[in-house]
Amino acid sequence: MTARLEPGPEQPEGMLPSTVDRPAGERFGHAPTSPLPPESAPLLRWIDARLPVISAFRREYVDYPMPRNLNGLWNFGAFVTVALLVLLLSGIFLAVNYTATIADAFNSVEAIDRQVPSGWLVRSIHMGGVTMFFAALYIHVWRSLYYGSYKAPRELLWLTGMVLMAICMGAAFAGYVLPWGQMSFWGLTVAMRALSSVPLVGTPLAHWLLGGALADVALHRIYVLHFVLAFSTLAVVGLHVMALHVTGSNNPLGVEVRKPADTLPFHPYYTVKDGVGLALFALVFAVLIFFLPGWLTLPDNYLRADPLSTPADITPEWYFAPFYAILRAGGGIGVPLAALSIAVLFVLPWLDRSPVRSARFRPWYRVLLPVAVLSFVFLGVAGFHQPAGLWLLSSRIATAIWLLFFLLGLPLLTRFEPRRALPEGIA
Amino acid sequence: MRRAALAVLATIVLPGPLRAEDGGLASVQRGYAVYAQVCSACHSMRSVTYADLSGIGLTPAQVRAVASAVSVPDGMGPNNKPKRRPGRPDDHLPIPFATPEAAARANNGAVPPDMSRLALTLAGGPAEIEAILNGYADPPPGVSVPPGSYYNRAAPGGVIAMPPPLQDGAVTFAGGQTETVPQMAADVAAFLDWAARPHHAERTRIGVGVVLYLGFLAALLFFLKRRIWINAKQRR
Ligand code: HEM
Repeated sequence: MTARLEPGPEQPEGMLPSTVDRPAGERFGHAPTSPLPPESAPLLRWIDARLPVISAFRREYVDYPMPRNLNGLWNFGAFVTVALLVLLLSGIFLAVNYTATIADAFNSVEAIDRQVPSGWLVRSIHMGGVTMFFAALYIHVWRSLYYGSYKAPRELLWLTGMVLMAICMGAAFAGYVLPWGQMSFWGLTVAMRALSSVPLVGTPLAHWLLGGALADVALHRIYVLHFVLAFSTLAVVGLHVMALHVTGSNNPLGVEVRKPADTLPFHPYYTVKDGVGLALFALVFAVLIFFLPGWLTLPDNYLRADPLSTPADITPEWYFAPFYAILRAGGGIGVPLAALSIAVLFVLPWLDRSPVRSARFRPWYRVLLPVAVLSFVFLGVAGFHQPAGLWLLSSRIATAIWLLFFLLGLPLLTRFEPRRALPEGIA
Repeated sequence: MRRAALAVLATIVLPGPLRAEDGGLASVQRGYAVYAQVCSACHSMRSVTYADLSGIGLTPAQVRAVASAVSVPDGMGPNNKPKRRPGRPDDHLPIPFATPEAAARANNGAVPPDMSRLALTLAGGPAEIEAILNGYADPPPGVSVPPGSYYNRAAPGGVIAMPPPLQDGAVTFAGGQTETVPQMAADVAAFLDWAARPHHAERTRIGVGVVLYLGFLAALLFFLKRRIWINAKQRR
């Protein structure tokens, strides 16, 4: 089938780098071939032989073997992906109508909401998309925590995920500044104060980012930052899924797939399952933007930014609320504590060295992880309250639980937790 | 069943004034007259254009008529004199004071807030606007009202810097009739509620369709999934 051609004089073997994966004689001098089955359309085979995207797609998304016992929590990666795409697409339509100047940012957003045809709908989709995105993302992370999906050999998969989370938080924060309402302005002020409080690098970094005062230069940079961060996620999602397809998916039992009978092909089994999930996800999304528009943003952000009038309470968007609560509960060390509360997730695969993945077979982890996560959720509620009295005290306790769970609890569990017998296989 | 549930949902979330279609719009339109004849003397509504008023049921001809009745600044004329022209539908509603400082000077130091989103940003929303307009009274004995302020039952702290804006019969409506203060207060609150959430009615209408569509889609996919996964059992 593959006619061997004489290597041309323009491909001397000695000039090829010695590290190429195949000997030069194999890579060059062949008529291009495609691994697609012979009965597929000749045009597709012709394309695939030259640019093997079709066979790659088949390999990774059609025939790809998936554990057969995944539960609904494995749908959330697809939800996050779709929410991200919706955000990027709606964002483009907002960007063509937005003006990044202090004088006109607020007006241009009002014009999108009122005068641009369907602008209110696109803006609602974008704002609601952020909430759907972070809700799905947090559940996605919860799934990975509960079933130990961060453990070997999936550490880099987990790390690319954490990088994605960090990028998306940056993008969301920058995006919230753009309408230049009261919460945009004061939220940015709080964040810049926090950044400037970091010893040595903080102040120069804040200055470098925003060019001193919160003026046109700053808003313009935040706008650029917003869409650069947002679009850069596409590449990292690519790495994330690449890493996933090296190891294959984990599953609720946390034991590796051993034989073909443990698996089902991605298509049609998981495409249709993701389809049902995505329709339900879209349903919740629609209820949010069409019937609960008041949830999309804080009313105070419909007030034009006014540097002379500080709002009674500066509240963040819900997905930042836990970190904001830690920031405020920590007093003088609030900033490092908030940073640490995320940093522990980055090093999680090395804090928890227990060889058992799934919480189902870890009697103590199964109790302590929900306690830690509920403390974190509680911090999210506390983020909307003034840090005083009982709220302050309980925020400090919850922060301590969250951090101690990772820094102390997990290393201890690794050593002392009793282990339940693992099942032989998953089928 | 789902349809019934949605109908119930729709009645809950539809805004009060727009629920009873025409009667509701009539109130919102009267509310615009109250805003234009009274409130707009001090309160701007920067984000709203005349064309937006089609959202309260004005026809394009009516919008043009309303817009051209005002005269708007139009740059500088030949001998450096400010020029004016009749308003157009895409003009924004006029701004009463050139600067916040001018607004404060004319109002005992308090700047009248812009009304584009007031019904969203004021604690208590449209009901609070209505209550304030109805809340002026003689101060009860023992309550002292500082000069330049007015006693008002509904205002936080019982005093407000805005003089009572409405009197019975202050506004003349299209048919030449007049109204009482409580009626005008209700109408202008309905108008400001519309201005703060201009797409509320349309949002709900589209939303019902989208939710029905997605519900149906989810059901179909669910049955498809069940059929496909039957084969999974045989693949062991
Ligand atoms: C933009 C953000 C993200 C996107 C688009 C994304 C997308 C996906 C997709 C499509 C999958 C496969 C389906 C699934 O298992 O649910 C997946 C798996 C996974 N993701 Fe993410 N993800 C994102 C963020 C994260 C974050 C923040 C983490 C955690 C730090 C993470 C950790 C994982 C892990 C560990 C898996 C494999 C899970 C398993 O097989 O058990 N991802 N991701």
